[in-house]
Amino acid sequence: MTVKGRVLFDSERCKACGICIAFCPNEVLALDESHINGQGYTPAYAQKPEACIGCKICAMMCPDMAIIVERA
Amino acid sequence: MQTVFERPKSLTDHPFHYCPGCSHGVVHRLVAECIDELGLRENTIGVYAVGCVVLGHRYFNMDCIGAAHGRAPATATGIKRMDPEKTVFTYQGDGDLAAIGMAEIVHASARGENITVVFVNNGIYGMTGGQIAPTTLLGEITTTSPYGRKASVEGYPIKVAELLAQNEGSAYIARTSVSSPAGVIQTKKAIKKAFQVQQKKLGFSLVEVLAACPTNWGRAPVEALKWLDENMAVYYPVGEIKVKEA
Ligand SMILES: Cc1ncc(C[n+]2csc(CCOP(=O)(O)OP(=O)(O)O)c2C)c(N)n1
Ligand code: SF4
Ligand code: SF4
Ligand code: SF4
Repeated sequence: MTVKGRVLFDSERCKACGICIAFCPNEVLALDESHINGQGYTPAYAQKPEACIGCKICAMMCPDMAIIVERA
Repeated sequence: MQTVFERPKSLTDHPFHYCPGCSHGVVHRLVAECIDELGLRENTIGVYAVGCVVLGHRYFNMDCIGAAHGRAPATATGIKRMDPEKTVFTYQGDGDLAAIGMAEIVHASARGENITVVFVNNGIYGMTGGQIAPTTLLGEITTTSPYGRKASVEGYPIKVAELLAQNEGSAYIARTSVSSPAGVIQTKKAIKKAFQVQQKKLGFSLVEVLAACPTNWGRAPVEALKWLDENMAVYYPVGEIKVKEA
């Protein structure tokens, strides 16, 4: 399967609000409970990166601009 | 791979101080994207209100000034009249614009002042700890309406966009919401249109953006956006309310 999209996180900016996770149409994202960033939050990450279609919805909804999106 | 979403140039690299899930971050980005896309960064002056946006000068990568509480439209008027070729916008909350600043905004609109107002309506005083605002919905519990807002005590929530649309000087008035991806796209379109109305010197422009304050609403970020959609956007219908053609 060819990868359609890719999300890159600036994890230090993430405040774990969960908005990107709730709006991603493909359930790509989750909070990384094993990691705490400098602000004290467990940042979002791509748990199922292969399902990303590069639709940008997560980045559009992120209040803290923690997400960069690439498309093939 | 090609980058399809990144930080606009009209924002600095400074991380926002806003609470998790606060809509201010999204609205800041949309304003910055519009200024980037219209090529106005070197020619824009932002006027930031008192409220959670009070540190706006850290984030917007352009000339800016902080106004006294509620007085951003008056400050913007002075700047615009001295330098009409600059794009001048105010960024105000609902406590700022619809309470202490109600006179300034009504008269700026009535004068047809050629400025753009980005009005972030989160229905509460955010910065000061969640007091009732003129825009707080009936029934809402705040620190100063502990039994919920009652029309018989605090009156009815004010529909600012409709109110200002009645003024002859208002050229473009719209209300949008950042509670969904479609709403974010609409908000950006409306802000861009408001700046274009100013560029065409058509008069006063304002976009009322329905926004979430998860902290003072006492609702988690995702739940807050849902509540916004199901409650705020019902009382405050979204759409273009006034569009004056050239
Ligand atoms: C003259 C004056 N009166 C009162 C205040 C206190 N004050 C600071 S911010 C604010 C209201 C902020 O609410 P809003 O405009 O809705 O913005 P938000 O913080 O929700 O974004 C008030 C009353 C002040 N700074 N100056
Ligand atoms: S770009 Fe779209 S599919 Fe990919 S993580 Fe973001 S919301 Fe999900
Ligand atoms: S929307 Fe942004 S801040 Fe919120 S969890 Fe996702 S990446 Fe983090
Ligand atoms: S208090 Fe409300 S408006 Fe202010 S930063 Fe926090 S969530 Fe945003």
